[in-house]
Amino acid sequence: MAAAMPLSLLVLLLLGPGGWCLAEPPRDSLREELVITPLPSGDVAATFQFRTRWDSELQREGVSHYRLFPKALGQLISKYSLRELHLSFTQGFWRTRYWGPPFLQAPSGAELWVWFQDTVTDVDKSWKELSNVLSGIFCASLNFIDSTNTVTPTASFKPLGLANDTDHYFLRYAVLPREVVCTENLTPWKKLLPCSSKAGLSVLLKADRLFHTSYHSQAVHIRPVCRNARCTSISWELRQTLSVVFDAFITGQGKKDWSLFRMFSRTLTEPCPLASESRVYVDITTYNQDNETLEVHPPPTTTYQDVILGARKTYAIYDLLDTAMINNSRNLNIQLKWKRPPENGYIHYQPAQDRLQPHLLEMLIQLPANSVTKVSIQFERALLKWTEYTPDPNHGFYVSPSVLSALVPSMVAAKPVDWEESPLFNSLFPVSDGSNYFVRLYTEPLLVNLPTPDFSMPYNVICLTCTVVAVCYGSFYNLLTRTFHIEEPRTGGLAKRLANLIRRARGVPPL
Amino acid sequence: MAAAGAAATDLEVARGRRAALFFAAVAIVLGLPLWWKTTETYRASLPYSQISGLNALQLRLMVPVTVVFTRESVPLDDQEKLPFTVVHEREIPLKYKMKIKCRFQKAYRRALDHEEEALSSGSVQEAEAMLDEPQEQAEGSLTVYVISEHSSLLPQDMMSYIGPKRTAVVRGIMHREAFNIIGRRIVQVAQAMSLTEDVLAAALADHLPEDKWSAEKRRPLKSSLGYEITFSLLNPDPKSHDVHWDIEGAVRRYVQPFLNALSAAGNFSVDSQILYYAMLGVNPRFDSASSSYYLDMHSLPHVINPVESRLGSSAASLYPVLNFLLYVPELAHSPLYIQDKDGAPVATNAFHSPRWGGIMVYNVDSKTYNASVLPVRVEVDMVRVMEVFLAQLRLLFGIAQPQVPPKCLLSGPKSEGLMTWELDRLLWARSVENLATATTTLTSLAQLLGKISNIVIKDDVASEVYKAVAAVQKSAEELASGHLASAFVASQEAVTSSELAFFDPSLLHLLYFPDDQKFAIYIPLFLPMAVPILLSLVKIFLETRKSWRKPEKTD
Repeated sequence: MAAAMPLSLLVLLLLGPGGWCLAEPPRDSLREELVITPLPSGDVAATFQFRTRWDSELQREGVSHYRLFPKALGQLISKYSLRELHLSFTQGFWRTRYWGPPFLQAPSGAELWVWFQDTVTDVDKSWKELSNVLSGIFCASLNFIDSTNTVTPTASFKPLGLANDTDHYFLRYAVLPREVVCTENLTPWKKLLPCSSKAGLSVLLKADRLFHTSYHSQAVHIRPVCRNARCTSISWELRQTLSVVFDAFITGQGKKDWSLFRMFSRTLTEPCPLASESRVYVDITTYNQDNETLEVHPPPTTTYQDVILGARKTYAIYDLLDTAMINNSRNLNIQLKWKRPPENGYIHYQPAQDRLQPHLLEMLIQLPANSVTKVSIQFERALLKWTEYTPDPNHGFYVSPSVLSALVPSMVAAKPVDWEESPLFNSLFPVSDGSNYFVRLYTEPLLVNLPTPDFSMPYNVICLTCTVVAVCYGSFYNLLTRTFHIEEPRTGGLAKRLANLIRRARGVPPL
Repeated sequence: MAAAGAAATDLEVARGRRAALFFAAVAIVLGLPLWWKTTETYRASLPYSQISGLNALQLRLMVPVTVVFTRESVPLDDQEKLPFTVVHEREIPLKYKMKIKCRFQKAYRRALDHEEEALSSGSVQEAEAMLDEPQEQAEGSLTVYVISEHSSLLPQDMMSYIGPKRTAVVRGIMHREAFNIIGRRIVQVAQAMSLTEDVLAAALADHLPEDKWSAEKRRPLKSSLGYEITFSLLNPDPKSHDVHWDIEGAVRRYVQPFLNALSAAGNFSVDSQILYYAMLGVNPRFDSASSSYYLDMHSLPHVINPVESRLGSSAASLYPVLNFLLYVPELAHSPLYIQDKDGAPVATNAFHSPRWGGIMVYNVDSKTYNASVLPVRVEVDMVRVMEVFLAQLRLLFGIAQPQVPPKCLLSGPKSEGLMTWELDRLLWARSVENLATATTTLTSLAQLLGKISNIVIKDDVASEVYKAVAAVQKSAEELASGHLASAFVASQEAVTSSELAFFDPSLLHLLYFPDDQKFAIYIPLFLPMAVPILLSLVKIFLETRKSWRKPEKTD
C-alpha cells in the first residue's frame, strides 16, 4: 500500500436524528462438527462440516450487512439471483468397496451445480459470469466452464433446499474432471469460515496434512431453508464440508491407531467463540461388537447411537463448548488405540520420489491353506521429460519383478543334517528346523508401454505436404516449360566410346 | 529436314517460354494476392489523425456566472448600462500537454422584484430560502448577488458570502470603477466555488510529471463509473469482546444522504461485514508511561496488507472498492493509539491510505472490563465512528476544503455534508480527468497498433474508438459551452469506450505468431515453387536482352 497518513483535521458536522435502537438478537448462527470414522480398510476418514445459517432475505437490493455469513458469497446470491449453489473440489476417488458408503461423495475434479431464481432472464449469461466469479474466489479454473461442458439435467439434481417449483430451465450443471485441487483452493475456502483457521475445529485444517491423503474433497453448499417450523420465511444456509481419508499405513507405520495430532499435526486448543455448537464425533461402532478391541482417549462424555447409511453406528461425542473438555488439559488430542491389534502382518511402504527413489512395498502375510492371494498395485502412466526417453521408447519400460520369499512347510520332515557335510546345493539357505524350507521366487518383469510424444509432428506435416505440393508442381512446371526436341541418336553405345578412347590413346583416328 | 526440325524446336522453345511467363504471371497475379489476402490480419481503419489531434486539444472550461445587481449596489449611471456580458478568461498553468483555459462568462443584470425583496431581508439564510424556490440552476452555473455596500445582510467586516447551493453574495461599491472592482471580487468567489488550479492539478495528478506534492494529490480515488464502499468491523479477539455495531442505522442516517448528494458523480453501493480473528500486521509497542499501546506513523503502511487478504475481493462488480475498517484491538493490546510524526496520539485515532480507504482504532472503555466476565459486550458509538469515516470519505473523493478568499463568509454545510457547488467542483475535476484518461488511452492504443502490425483490429473495436473520439470531442464542446452535466456524461462515455477498445481481448489473438515461425512454415512451400519461376524468368530476360543486342551488332 502507499503511504498512510494520520487524519488530523476533521471539520464535519453530522446532523440528523441520533438515538439507538436496541440490538436485535443474533440473526445468524454457526455450527461446526467433525466426524472421524475408522474405515474397514484401516484408513481413517475425517469429515468437517461448518454450517452458517443466516435469517435474512438476501435477494433485496441495496445495502447488505454481513456478520458470520461471508460477504463474497452473499453478494453472489443477490447479484446473480441464486437459489442454490453447490460447488465441490475433489482430489482422489472415494472407494466405496474398501471404505464403505460416504456421507457426501463428490466427483474427482471440480463440480458446480446451480439453481437460479425464476426471475433470471438470461440463465446462460448469469451462469457464465457466476462461474468466472467463483473461479476468482476459489482460485480454480472454473472459468473453463462453457457451453461445451454444461448440461441441464431434467430428472436429477433436484433442489436440496426449499423450493416452490422445479423448472429445470433454471438449473445448470458442470464438471471439470481435470481440475487439480491444491492449497490455493483450500486457503480461500478457509477464509470463508468465521473463525478463519484460528480457533475451533478449523485449527486442524493444515494444508500440508490435508493434501497428504488418499482422498480430499472440499465443498460449499448454499441453499434456502425454513426459518421456523411453520416455514413462514426463509433463511440461507451455507454448509462448508471437507472430507479427507488418511492413509493409516503411511502415517501410522503399519498400525491402525490414530490421534488428532498424528493426522493433522495439530490439536484442538480452544472452541470458536462464535459457534453455537462445536462437536467431534468418533465412530466407535466396532468397540461394541468385537469385545474391546479399541479404546478412545480421553473417554467421551456422551455417546450417540443412530442408524447411519443403513447401519447401526455408535459415536463418541466430544463437545468443545463444554468448558471442562479443553480447560483440564489445555488442549484436546483425541486418540484411538486398538488394544489387540488385528493380526494382519506387517506392511512397509516407502513411496517413490520422482527421479530420486523408487517405490518399495513389503508385506508380511500369513497365507491360509488352499487360498489364492492377489496383490495388485495400480500405477499411472505418465509422460517423461523428453530427454529421459530411451533411444527406442516404443519398446516400453520395465517394471522390476516382485520378490516372494516364503517358508514353505515341508511334506516330509527333513533330517537335521550337518551343515558342512551336506551337498552344496542343499545348503545355500539356512534352515532353522526341518519342517520348513525356504524359497525365494521372482515374478516376471513387467513391460509397460509409455506414451511417446511426437513434438515435431505439426511441423513435419507442414513440411511433408509442402514437399508433396512442391514435387508435383516441379514436375508439372518442367513438363510445361522445358523444350523437347528430338536428338539424333548417338551412333554406338558405351562400347564405341570406350573403343574411341583407347584409339585416341593409341593415336589412331577414332571410329 | 534440319530446317523443319529447327523450326519445330524454335516453336517448342517459344511455347516453353510462354508457359514459363504464364506461370510467373499466375503466381504473381493470382497466387501472391491470394496468399496476401488469406493470411492478412484484418485491420479496420481508425481515426489516427483525430486521435493525434486530441493531444493538442484545447480545453475551455466555461463557468456561466449570473451577476445580479440590486438597486443600491453600484452607482446609478453604471446601472444604466445593464444588462451586458463580460468574459474573464485565464489559462491555468499546468505542465500538461492539453492547454486548459478557464472562462468565467459573467452575465450582468438587474435584480428582479422578488430578488430585491429577498435580499433586503434580515439574514442571509432567510434571503437564501426566499431565492431558492423559483428556479433550479443548471449544474456548474453560479449566481452572484451584488448587494449594496452598507447592506446588513452580511456582517460588517465580511465582503462576500458563499452559500451552500450555487449562489454567492458580494458587497457592491459606490465608485467610478465599480464594475471592475466588483468584477474582480466576483471572479475570486467564483473560482473558489468552481475551478482552481489545485483542483485540476489533483485531477490530472496521474498525467502530470512527478512533483513533491504528488503524493498528496494522488489521494483521491480515480474517476470511475461507480464505487463500492465497504465498512468492515475487525474483531481480532472475539473471546474477550462481543462487539455490536448498528451499521445499518448508521449507513441510513449518515452515509446514504451524503452518497445521494454525490449520486451525480457515479453509482455507489454500500455493504458491511464483520471479520473475526483479523489481526493487524504490526505488533504495537507498549508505552509504560501511559500504560497503553501505540502504533507509530512509519509502521502504519504495514498494518494494511495482512488485513486486506481477509477483506475479500468484491465479487459482484468491477468498481473500485473503498474500505473503511473499524479495528477493536484485542484485550492484550488495548488501549491502542496511533501516533503521528511527533509521537503525539492522533485525536481521531484513525488514518487513511490514499485510494484505498481508512482505518480507525476503536478502544473499548476500560470500565466495561471491571464488572462483567469475558466476553464483554461492546456497543460501538456509531456517531464517533461515522464522523471519522465520512471525513475520510470526503478526502478520498477529492472534496478538499475550499480556498476561501479573504473576508469571505462560508455557510455551514448542509445536512448531507456536501455543498452543491462542491459537487459541481468535483464534476469539473472528474470531467477533465476523464478526458485526460480517455485521450491517453486512445493515444497509447493508436501507438501500439501502429507499432505492431500483427494486431487484428475488429470492427467493434474500431467503432468503440470512433465512439470514444466523438465523446471526447463532444465533452470538450459541452465544457466550452458551460453544460457541465452533459459534459461529464460524455467524458464518462469516452473513458468507457476507450477502455473497452483498449482491453478488447481480440487484440491479443494473433500477437504470438512471430515472423521467424511464419517463415519456417512458408519456406518449404515457397522456396521450391519460387526458384524455378525466378530461374526461368532470369533466363528469358537474358535471352531477350541477347536477341535485342544481336541486331545492333549486325548493324
